[in-house]
Amino acid sequence: MTPSPVILDVQHLTMRFGGLVAVDDLSFQAKRGEITAIIGPNGAGKTTVFNCITGFYQPTEGMICAIHPDGKEFLLERLFDFRISQLARVARTFQNIRLFPAMTVLENLMIAQHNELMVKSGYTLFGLFGLPIYRRAERAAVEKARHWLDKIGLLARADDPAGDLPYGAQRRLEIARAMCTDPVLLCLDEPAAGLNPRETHELGDLLNDIVAETGTSLLLIEHHMHLVMDVSNRVIVLDYGQKIAEGTPDQVSNDPAVIAAYLGVEEEEVEVVMEDTL
Amino acid sequence: MEYFIQQLINGLALGSIYGLIAIGYTMVYGIIGMINFAHGDVFMVGTYIALIAFLALIAIGITAVPVALLLVLIIAMALTALYGWTVERLAYRPLRGSFRLAPLISAIGMAIALQNYIQIAQGARVKPLPPIITGNYVLIDNGGFVVQVSNIQIIIVLTTVALMLVFSWIVSATALGRNMRATSQDMKMASLVGVNVDRTISLTFVLGAALASVASVMFLLYYGVIDFFIGFIAGIKAFTAAVLGGIGSLPGAMLGGLLIGLIETFWSAYFSVEYKDVAAFSILAIVLIFMPTGILGRPEVEKV
Amino acid sequence: MANGNASDASVKNGLDLTGALKDALIAGIVAFGLFSLILGLRTEQGPTGALILLPRPQLLFTSVILVMAGRFLIALFFRAGALRRPATFIPAPFVRVNYLGNIAGGALLIFALLIPVMFFENRYILDVAILVMTYVMLGWGLNIVVGLAGLLDLGYVAFYAVGAYSFALLATNFGWSFWICLPLAGIVAAFWGILLGFPVLRLRGDYLAIVTLAFGEIIRLVILNWQEFTGGPNGLSGIPRPSFFGLPFNANDDGFAAYFGLEFNPSHRVVFLFYVILTLALITNLVTLRLRRLPIGRAWEAMREDEIACRSLGINTTNTKLTAFALGAMFGGIAGSFFATRQGFISPESFTFMESAMIVAIVVLGGMGSQLGVALAALIMVGGFEVFREFEQYRMLIFGLAMVGIMVWRPRGLISQRDPSIHLTAAKPIPAKIVEEARS
Repeated sequence: MTPSPVILDVQHLTMRFGGLVAVDDLSFQAKRGEITAIIGPNGAGKTTVFNCITGFYQPTEGMICAIHPDGKEFLLERLFDFRISQLARVARTFQNIRLFPAMTVLENLMIAQHNELMVKSGYTLFGLFGLPIYRRAERAAVEKARHWLDKIGLLARADDPAGDLPYGAQRRLEIARAMCTDPVLLCLDEPAAGLNPRETHELGDLLNDIVAETGTSLLLIEHHMHLVMDVSNRVIVLDYGQKIAEGTPDQVSNDPAVIAAYLGVEEEEVEVVMEDTL
Repeated sequence: MEYFIQQLINGLALGSIYGLIAIGYTMVYGIIGMINFAHGDVFMVGTYIALIAFLALIAIGITAVPVALLLVLIIAMALTALYGWTVERLAYRPLRGSFRLAPLISAIGMAIALQNYIQIAQGARVKPLPPIITGNYVLIDNGGFVVQVSNIQIIIVLTTVALMLVFSWIVSATALGRNMRATSQDMKMASLVGVNVDRTISLTFVLGAALASVASVMFLLYYGVIDFFIGFIAGIKAFTAAVLGGIGSLPGAMLGGLLIGLIETFWSAYFSVEYKDVAAFSILAIVLIFMPTGILGRPEVEKV
Repeated sequence: MANGNASDASVKNGLDLTGALKDALIAGIVAFGLFSLILGLRTEQGPTGALILLPRPQLLFTSVILVMAGRFLIALFFRAGALRRPATFIPAPFVRVNYLGNIAGGALLIFALLIPVMFFENRYILDVAILVMTYVMLGWGLNIVVGLAGLLDLGYVAFYAVGAYSFALLATNFGWSFWICLPLAGIVAAFWGILLGFPVLRLRGDYLAIVTLAFGEIIRLVILNWQEFTGGPNGLSGIPRPSFFGLPFNANDDGFAAYFGLEFNPSHRVVFLFYVILTLALITNLVTLRLRRLPIGRAWEAMREDEIACRSLGINTTNTKLTAFALGAMFGGIAGSFFATRQGFISPESFTFMESAMIVAIVVLGGMGSQLGVALAALIMVGGFEVFREFEQYRMLIFGLAMVGIMVWRPRGLISQRDPSIHLTAAKPIPAKIVEEARS
């Protein structure tokens, strides 16, 4: 059975906070093996969408379905946040980096493999008695961590506390940590925030590399237009909680509605403004 | 029915006392996000100050009740406020910005120190005060249970209402109140726009202690007997009240106080007296588990 | 006073006498206000039974002077004029403890093993040693909950009590031996840990602390009032003393002394008790150290740092917290069983909030998660408490003030560093300033 081309199917997602409608009847699909970006001006509801997908908010209405390669479907709006990662294998990174600062780089990556190690440690019992089955599993986990550390260039700093790393390295570590959970979909919340152009470029390479090597699909929120245009296969544009455009990066960047939203002007005036600025 | 009404009156009076103490907890939690564990013992110190002040006034011949009461209130408020200020300076301010457990331990240490300070200074025995405000009004007397309102109960309720009005005015209309609200919402930003955060926090503690001291005077007059251990239980109950009403909300603290006073009174009257403290603790646990934001509180959403 | 910092202090070069004098004066006025009524006048029962006031001007005067003098010295020493982050000025003796820590730990262990040998005749010291060891075990047990998992538990004494009472009831009603009742009591305590933990572990920091405090008090009050079951305020007595695997510690022919051909000495039992608690504590320690290197231990520490991040990695933090809570409860219950058999008699008075506060203070003073730190803290606090026994009332006051002082001096505890649970090349301890408390 060929795996479905769709990895994430969002239908009629609506999020209301009291009287405020943050996300209004949003529907889109993210394709397997692709990098899908959600963009839009500030306040458009991007992070809200993210938080609904990753379980931090309970959507008011709508369905969010994650489809695995083997066809199993998971309704994310019905799962607890940790189950979304554990069962549906949807991982995320955070806008304000949430590493474990007092734990070493290696430990951060080991914690990501917690669930697998717990099973292999017989829910701690095997580990308590030092049985070989656990020791083998731990060694394998360290190997996986080592692989990712090598990929993000932090192998030399494996035993340093994560809080000591420079900002760019912390970002990469957070991504690697999420990847250590072997997700089928990785959601990144503004991964390029605070990075300089060179680091942003390296981030783009890393993201492409992740997709190519592991087949994990990516969903990202971004403001850095260069990054979005460079790496995304598909872009979805939000404004005031609604989808106003969807398509390839080229299609979206030339869409007058999108330009209008970013410039804050009415669609009809876009041409006038564009002429003035260009 | 008459019994019920009497318990209602008693509960409201007791609840007012709890409410006044609860405001101190809620204000401090609102502004620095910490439970002032020593607040109950500051209340207890206030009762001793009030006791000694009364005895001193009697000794030097000031026996006119309104005058004595007013003087004792002023003295108690001033000195208890000083204790509140000192507790903040010694146990909280050096640890501001430190991690969460340190001020808690420090406050517990302060509470223990205050209890033993009083115990050493004044002895471990219970201290009685001869009744100063006596008399009552009979409300209902048709042969069965007589429903009375004592003068002291009237004074408690009136004083509480007056203080609440003054206090609400302070918080909403004065610069201090504005500073307090600003600091409780965003300490860094408040200091950046020129609020003296240290002073605002100190004043919060001072105000909380002053209110608690009024509760101290009322408590002393109402029950007529104090000991160094009343702070712990009163503190827990007042904190329960603050949480029940919604931590961070001033009207919530008073509402919570009244509720706790009523619940305690009715529980002792209709069920059992021995387990009344268990009732208070259980309510605390239940409220925290099922309704942590309390009745009037605002739910806090953590930004992800 | 403004938020001073180190750079202010570095500007002034000499001793700032006028500043210190001013501070001392203010302190004196405050002290006078504080002490005026409470110290200056003493309430005593007069001849008629009503209270009278006895003036104590000398006490008031001396106290104020002492406060002023103390404030003057502190102001001089710290120049910035307030007790501001003294840890940055005082060299922290315990910071780089990694290698040293292992040596110190080993030395302490050897010392502990030899205590009964060294102090065989000194019953008092043996009793103190048992007391300290009990608190070390309690500290290590609570360390799992507070130190590793970062859960603020102010009601740990509840599990201590549950263990003690379970043991007492099992032993007196069923007559089972110490070695059977002990683990059973531990299981009962663990069960209660799960029961109490389940509804409350999703609460935030301070709220969790208060609710656990409430639970601790509820359990104590129920024990106090449930006469038929627990004996109420009279407690339970007649709890069987432990035997040496069947040999009772008495002077009979079938006793321990006779069996080993020794002259009967009441200290035998005490020594045995000491080794029992030492063993129990060491088991607690070993289990904790082991668990720290396993996924569950790492999850505890990660949860302490950032629970939301843990959940985003698929970790069921509720179960993780429950495990910590239940395990801590189990060890607390086992310690309680030991306490019951050691005393032969238990009553609700031994299980007050003060106990919980003491144990939490030991854990926090020790430094989050550090086993050695907890042991040292227990030694200092419980041992110190005993040493000050002659001071009676004053020692509680000093205890309270010491808690404040120590927290202000070293908020992160004695051993303020963290050892990584796994390393690739070299294990580098992580210094205190990075070991932050949990985000939420």
